[in-house]
Amino acid sequence: MKIGTPKETAEGEARVAMTPDSAIQIRKLGHECLIETGAGLAAGFDDAAYEAAGVRVLRTAAALWKEADVVAKVRPPTEAEAKRLREGQTLISFFWPAQNEALLETCRRMGATTIAMDMVPRISRAQKMDALSSMANIAGYRAVIEAAGNFGRFLTGQVTAAGKVPPAQVLVVGAGVAGLAAIGTAVSLGAVVHAFDVRPEVAEQIESMGASFVFLEFEPTQDGAATGGYAAPSSPEFREKQLARFRELAPGMDIVITTALIPGRPAPKLWTEDMVAMMKPGSVIVDLAAERGGNCDLTVPDQKIVTAGGVTIIGYTDFPSRMATQASALYATNIRHFLADLTPKKDGTIVHDMEDDVIRGATVTHAGAVTFPPPPPKVQAIAAAKPRPKAEAAPPPDPVAVERARGRRQIAMIVVGAVLLGLLGLYAPGEFMQHMIVFSLAVFVGFQVIWNVSHSLHTPLMAITNAISSIVVVGAILQTGSLSWFVTLLAALCVVMTGINIFGGFAVTRRMLMMFKRS
Amino acid sequence: MEFSQGFTAAAYVIASILFILALGGLSNQESAKRSVWYGVAGMAIAILATLYGPGSVNALLFLPLLAVGGVFGLYVASRVQMTEMPQLVAAMHSLVGLVAVFIAIGTHIEALPHYTGAQLAIHKVEIMLGAFIGAVTFTGSIVAFGKLAGRIDGKALLLPSRHMINLAMLVASGVLLVVYVITGQLWLVLLVTVIAFALGAHLVMAIGGADMPVVVSMLNSYSGWAAAATGFMLGNDLLIVVGALVGASGAILSYIMCRAMNRSFISVILGGFGNTTGPAMEIAGEQVAIDAEGVAAALNDAESVIIVPGYGMAVAQAQQAVSELTRKLRARGKTVRFAIHPVAGRLPGHMNVLLAEAKVPYDIVLEMDEINADFPSTDVVIVIGSNDIVNPAAQEDPNSPIAGMPVLEVWKAKQVIVSKRGQGTGYSGIENPLFYKENTRMFFGDAKKSLDSLLPMIG
Repeated sequence: MKIGTPKETAEGEARVAMTPDSAIQIRKLGHECLIETGAGLAAGFDDAAYEAAGVRVLRTAAALWKEADVVAKVRPPTEAEAKRLREGQTLISFFWPAQNEALLETCRRMGATTIAMDMVPRISRAQKMDALSSMANIAGYRAVIEAAGNFGRFLTGQVTAAGKVPPAQVLVVGAGVAGLAAIGTAVSLGAVVHAFDVRPEVAEQIESMGASFVFLEFEPTQDGAATGGYAAPSSPEFREKQLARFRELAPGMDIVITTALIPGRPAPKLWTEDMVAMMKPGSVIVDLAAERGGNCDLTVPDQKIVTAGGVTIIGYTDFPSRMATQASALYATNIRHFLADLTPKKDGTIVHDMEDDVIRGATVTHAGAVTFPPPPPKVQAIAAAKPRPKAEAAPPPDPVAVERARGRRQIAMIVVGAVLLGLLGLYAPGEFMQHMIVFSLAVFVGFQVIWNVSHSLHTPLMAITNAISSIVVVGAILQTGSLSWFVTLLAALCVVMTGINIFGGFAVTRRMLMMFKRS
Repeated sequence: MEFSQGFTAAAYVIASILFILALGGLSNQESAKRSVWYGVAGMAIAILATLYGPGSVNALLFLPLLAVGGVFGLYVASRVQMTEMPQLVAAMHSLVGLVAVFIAIGTHIEALPHYTGAQLAIHKVEIMLGAFIGAVTFTGSIVAFGKLAGRIDGKALLLPSRHMINLAMLVASGVLLVVYVITGQLWLVLLVTVIAFALGAHLVMAIGGADMPVVVSMLNSYSGWAAAATGFMLGNDLLIVVGALVGASGAILSYIMCRAMNRSFISVILGGFGNTTGPAMEIAGEQVAIDAEGVAAALNDAESVIIVPGYGMAVAQAQQAVSELTRKLRARGKTVRFAIHPVAGRLPGHMNVLLAEAKVPYDIVLEMDEINADFPSTDVVIVIGSNDIVNPAAQEDPNSPIAGMPVLEVWKAKQVIVSKRGQGTGYSGIENPLFYKENTRMFFGDAKKSLDSLLPMIG
């Protein structure tokens, strides 16, 4: 099959869906690769690099759309591009089918199979094709870089001869992939990072990235895992609580990065005008949700503005494209993995298996029908976090009571033991009771001694107890002098067997113990 | 030359003290090296004191025989593979058991006529006990040996109404004991011995391979009690002391093993697995395989690595390769540690001995309790041939047969690599959700071959 990538037509889009590296891998699947001339230029890949990777460079977009069996691109097709599709052709790109119904209809009408990279289900197996995560990762990184570029101070705290610089205080709202990437970047630049998310189960992830979780006193009402790892809209009371907490934080924050999105809805307004007003002049807000209206009241999509209070608000929507080389490399790899799944035999034949969870989920038109929305995947995205048991730690039992109970048990056992021994003593001869004393004491000594034996030496312990339990040889010795030939014979056999045990047991114990070496 | 009774008793006291020191010395690796010599000295003193003590002894007969046994013992001890330790220990237990039986029979013939009244009755009970415990130890150990050496199928043999069979044998032995105390016939001792032979074999046949650590330590305990019973029989305090020490030791080991599996001693001894209370939790996801290159990349990137060895490592004889891997990783400045579950392997402390043999320093080999809290801060965990002891179902699924068993929490690490022969379940036949976790990669293949292919890629 011929896999082709045209130049992106959207203004300012610098990414490309195929890189020379990904082309080499795609060709290993048995496919042929085509590219429109100049398609990779903005991302730093010129035609010569593609040719070196064995990609055929075509002069015009029209020729590419005509020749390619599979068209892989970044942005959703324009109406004009969609009209170029033909029956049997496959288009792979971001698509946003929920928002682009007319476009979806066009693709269906043209008879093409359309695969939306934004619809790849969030299951472990599909992580390698999860383009949204790749792009969000870049957006999170770039958001911090943009913020740092517009922030007039160091992010890290320093004590210099010219004075002391406090570290920047960064707040990240929404700890999805982008949020976590932003946390990681800000932490590594030396900022003090706080992060908030409506899903309490991500607190652990936030802390693992080196940020502190902004805690909100609220009864959890939703389980984020049930919605495929995405956040769901929250109740009005929760929202109020949340905004109140943000108001407390706003004056102290130097940089705020908001990444809160709810699938299929406008971005929630979380950073209100009055919070912006509370912030110090020179502070920076980066709104990664600007494309969907923004988390901040004052965000203007695609623009950087400065408020009257001196706060910079960045509403760019093209963060991944601003890092086109990196973004193209990751996106092209996601596409390449998807193609690998579509080419199970690596023989250049595409098998569109609608039974496969991942392929089914991402396919939005197929065989002349709209196949969106997909049925829920068979595999749940993330294991639901179990609600923690209410009384997690039962109040620690009163040590006095425990000790008392233990004492009572001990006394009971002593009494029972004493009674039994007493009864035995009434009937048994004195000599036997003498031995009984020795026996009981030896058992106690044994318990005390063995408890201290190191776990790692349990095998040598068994070997040495084995050797010393051959002390029964003493019994055999006393019988070797018997007048009965039968007893003497038994005793002789005993001596041979215990001989094996004594020598073998000690020797093997020693062998083992000599092996233990300190580093 | 003949020592007086008092002198012999003094020698016995010294021997007892030496034996206690020998066991006590095992509290750490360095003092342990002295332990053996204490034990040897104690044994030598005890034997000499008995040889030249009161009583008719045929030293001319004794010494050559001891030498014959000794040479054979030394030969076996120098040849045995460390992976075969469980079998060897079981085989040695069986000898102690058989000796106890022989001495009981000998005592019946030799000593019984010297006693009367209550002393005679007590003595008969002692003989019977010695024969019984000795016989159970003997056949039990033989079966355990067979299972550990792979000569008998390791699976639990569960006869219908096996508890009734055991009970019937116990009751029969009890009745025969009473008859023996009254009549004092030798054939009764022999009959009880035969019944105990059957009982010992049957008990151990019913216990599956994964429970072998408990069985071996239990037999260790029995061999001690058998020695103690012999001591009572002969009125010899040294035997009583040593028997009690060994018995206590085995009992504690069994207890530790059972606690590590969260099972009661009784349920292990009576065989069969604990009852489940409902269907096991559904496992979502799939096993993701990884090749040697992937493992090498993960290890090269890792700062801290924990290796969790299990019985599979022993089976594949992979301890040398593991040691080599450890050496290479440590040479590159990575933190490498070992996490040992108390019941890993087929003998208490089995893994420690194997790693020590392969020259892994013992101070990086840690117990479960010492290392369990460190998994979340670990980059890569390599699980080599262990299954149940790293099964998260023990904590997550209340219906799992191993629910509540303390396990190594390997899944909390950033990445887990499981080296395993195939996709089958472990010894207990329980599915392991660990293999399906997102951060788990399966490194299929024989552990030794897998590691050997991995080694050149490290560094």
